[in-house]
Amino acid sequence: MTAPIDTSRIASTLDTSGLLCPLPVYKAALALKQIEPGQVLELVCTDPGSLEDIPALARQRGDVLLGVEERDGRQVFWLERGGAA
Amino acid sequence: MTDPATVVDDTVSPANGAEPRRKRLALVASKGTLDQAYPPLILATTAASLGWEVGIYFTFYGLDILHQERFRKLKMASLANPSGPIRLPNVLGAVPGATAAATKVMKRWMKQSRMPDIPEFIEMAQGLDVTFFACATTMGVMGVEEGDLIDGCDVAGAAAFLDFAAGADVQLFI
Repeated sequence: MTAPIDTSRIASTLDTSGLLCPLPVYKAALALKQIEPGQVLELVCTDPGSLEDIPALARQRGDVLLGVEERDGRQVFWLERGGAA
Repeated sequence: MTDPATVVDDTVSPANGAEPRRKRLALVASKGTLDQAYPPLILATTAASLGWEVGIYFTFYGLDILHQERFRKLKMASLANPSGPIRLPNVLGAVPGATAAATKVMKRWMKQSRMPDIPEFIEMAQGLDVTFFACATTMGVMGVEEGDLIDGCDVAGAAAFLDFAAGADVQLFI
């Protein structure tokens, strides 16, 4: 792992490989609701739209996108949950 | 002209720590074909995932999306739809079986792409507290009873929907 964050903060990991919009965003939002504010969700996507969609999800929900990495046709996002319900 | 510095976006957390106002999406779903049932449900589940408050007004043929029997049997017409899943010359779209064939192909596409079907999208939307307005006039005109619809619909007229839509940040007619 070369996560640009302290991996001990990762409270949950979600792999949405093969799923198309709206499922990565839908499932990521459900996963974010399951963790506490300040905890991190590691999210894997293959939907090419995710590179735009996941930052938009973070902006709209008030979460913090800590980093993105592209690996072998997949995008890995690290999202820190904000205070939104 | 308003000084831009005085414009406040109340959907962003204010500095005083007050709760930001939730954004709101108001959709009209007016079409009852399989292909046209997806866009309002995709937008609604996405917006609700972003934390927005969402309401969909199902009117005219769009009401079939809330019909507890018809919502499993929505069809995809190939007639007058040159971009449909089977690229038939338009005149052949009226041939018996063309609609059934196009519907079958569309359903197969969706399944292969692991997209939820319409009843699953409805369940996802309801799980995110999306409000479903069922157009009362359509129900009267088409002889649809409240008991024919899935549970949890608000039977309402245009004024009630507009009252909701007037407070929306995004309004779309589909």
